[in-house]
Amino acid sequence: MANSSTLNTTAAGIDAVSDRVGSGPSGRKPRKVISQRNIILYGLLGVAALYYLVPLYVMIVTSLKGMPEIRMGNIFSPPLEITFEPWAKAWASACTGLNCDGLSRGFWNSVRILVPSVVVSIAVASVSGYALANWRFKGSDVFFSILIVGAFIPYQVMIYPIVILLRELGIYGTLTGLVIVHTIFGMPILTLLFRNYFTSLPEELFKAARIDGAGFWQIFLRIMLPMSLPIFVVAMILQVTGIWNDFLFGVVFTRPDSYPMTVQLNNIVNSVQGVKEYNVNMAATLLTGAVPLIVYFVSGRLFVRGIAAGAVKG
Amino acid sequence: MATSVSIRDLSLSFGAVTVLKDLNLDIHDGEFLVLLGSSGCGKSTLLNCIAGLLEPTEGQIYIKDRNVTWEEPKDRGIGMVFQSYALYPQMTVEKNLSFGLQVAKMPKPDIDKRVARASEILQIGPLLKRKPAELSGGQRQRVAIGRALVRDVDVFLFDEPLSNLDAKLRSELRVEIKRLHQQLKNTMIYVTHDQIEALTLADRIAIMKSGVIQQLDDPIVIYNRPRNLFVAGFIGSPSMNFLRGEINEVNGQPVFSTHGVNFSLAGYQTSEPLKAGRKVVLGARPEHIAIDSDVMGGEAHEAVVDIEEPMGADNLLWLKHAGHLMSVRIGGARRYAPGSKVRMAFDMSMASLFDAETEDRI
Repeated sequence: MANSSTLNTTAAGIDAVSDRVGSGPSGRKPRKVISQRNIILYGLLGVAALYYLVPLYVMIVTSLKGMPEIRMGNIFSPPLEITFEPWAKAWASACTGLNCDGLSRGFWNSVRILVPSVVVSIAVASVSGYALANWRFKGSDVFFSILIVGAFIPYQVMIYPIVILLRELGIYGTLTGLVIVHTIFGMPILTLLFRNYFTSLPEELFKAARIDGAGFWQIFLRIMLPMSLPIFVVAMILQVTGIWNDFLFGVVFTRPDSYPMTVQLNNIVNSVQGVKEYNVNMAATLLTGAVPLIVYFVSGRLFVRGIAAGAVKG
Repeated sequence: MATSVSIRDLSLSFGAVTVLKDLNLDIHDGEFLVLLGSSGCGKSTLLNCIAGLLEPTEGQIYIKDRNVTWEEPKDRGIGMVFQSYALYPQMTVEKNLSFGLQVAKMPKPDIDKRVARASEILQIGPLLKRKPAELSGGQRQRVAIGRALVRDVDVFLFDEPLSNLDAKLRSELRVEIKRLHQQLKNTMIYVTHDQIEALTLADRIAIMKSGVIQQLDDPIVIYNRPRNLFVAGFIGSPSMNFLRGEINEVNGQPVFSTHGVNFSLAGYQTSEPLKAGRKVVLGARPEHIAIDSDVMGGEAHEAVVDIEEPMGADNLLWLKHAGHLMSVRIGGARRYAPGSKVRMAFDMSMASLFDAETEDRI
């Protein structure tokens, strides 16, 4: 009796399943691959990608052509005869003013500006951000507000006073002077970035470390730092691209033999005498843009994680 | 009994907002004290002041008869366990436990001994090499307790340690904390908004409201003889029934009258005279109202069952009587259909009377 009733139930169950398959929707709803929505979505994405990639394509192609081929005027056609001469010339022997050693001089100048500026500004800003987030002192809010206002003052206003300041300090025209300027101008946005990140970390972690007896530096170095890799990557990318692409400070605060790469690039491309060497110009531009590009490719994933870190709790 | 933690005239305000007000509290050696209150009542603030994580505006804090008001947290002889565990995510459990000792520059063999002892007490030995992210909530909280344990402190501070756990783990860990207290005999101060935790764990409960301790007493006393209306309403689930009315005299005996019905106050214990005409609130817990066969002599009133809420072991009846809705707790086996009539009476020896004006117990 009991057995037959079980059998009946099972049979009923099977019936129910086959009913469901035969009639009516079941499980995941099938979606069309070619729908109006998808056409618009991928169409727009494709157009946007083309918009950015075509100029890059033209630059790369042109930089690999010889001048006679360029003069034929087909800017979209691939090079008939690939030559790396323009690249070599742009790097090593293009003339800017009196120097004829190409962009290499500017590249090393930029590196000598970039490395200390990035390291010092991030080091200082991370500690100040940590102090503002966790060790509130009297007037810390006022201090922070002043710092943020600093980010909104146009650079142009401050150039002349800074020139005088650097002259009085005896470092006008030196790389040291430029490094100091870059460090200071990076401070508002970086401090804001670090302060907000450290504020987003659970406060109880900081309290626990204090009860464990750790002090200002121990908490920073042993608790906070190991948790903040993403935000350090964000800060690094911001600073590397910002400082590498800077033109204004470079041209104002340095002398011709210590011009950064961007200023030198401008001098090569905008030279009014002689023949316009388009291939060399293209190669020089690509070389100058290579550093930020590489930084993006290497650390892009961490960058996104760092930007998202403030919004999502781990 | 010796005093372990003593708080004297403690006040704390953030600008115009006063969080703690002239607070005095003496906690005995080895006592388990629970600070109970709804959120924003200042209980966590008080704990943070004891820990040294917040500076009081006024007043003093003594731990082991030493004035620690200006001391750093690490010099106060306290360990603290947080609601969010606050384990250092990049360190293994072992590193988490030993971090404080390392900071204090304790020799390595001693650290190992302490960590081994703590992990044995809390049974977290197999977890020592893991990172906090690989642990369950209960395990994480156990490690957090271990971090306080290794430091060999006089006073343990718990800041809602079980609030992030699910109900089953919470009751398990609650028992474990109680066992830990019996084993270690340290002073423990425990902040919670959960009255079950408070009633089960505490030697004494301090109920707080807007920065002031409302009642500091044995859990049973707090439950049965609440000092004011707030305490009476806060403790107990389902909460106490409150009936507004006044005291009258019938045949020379005090009675409680509401909506024209008189309840005899015979059996109510108080040192104050029950003067006729005084406006009062009568409070009776659901289990202190007798119905039908439980009514022991004396007067009984008729009421109608409005709703029945069976809860397994208990059965909760909502009775309508003279414009009041009252909950009554009876055995789970006794069932009543809505609309049925019952006889009911208050157990006046267990009831509470509060002055309607001051809201204090009479």
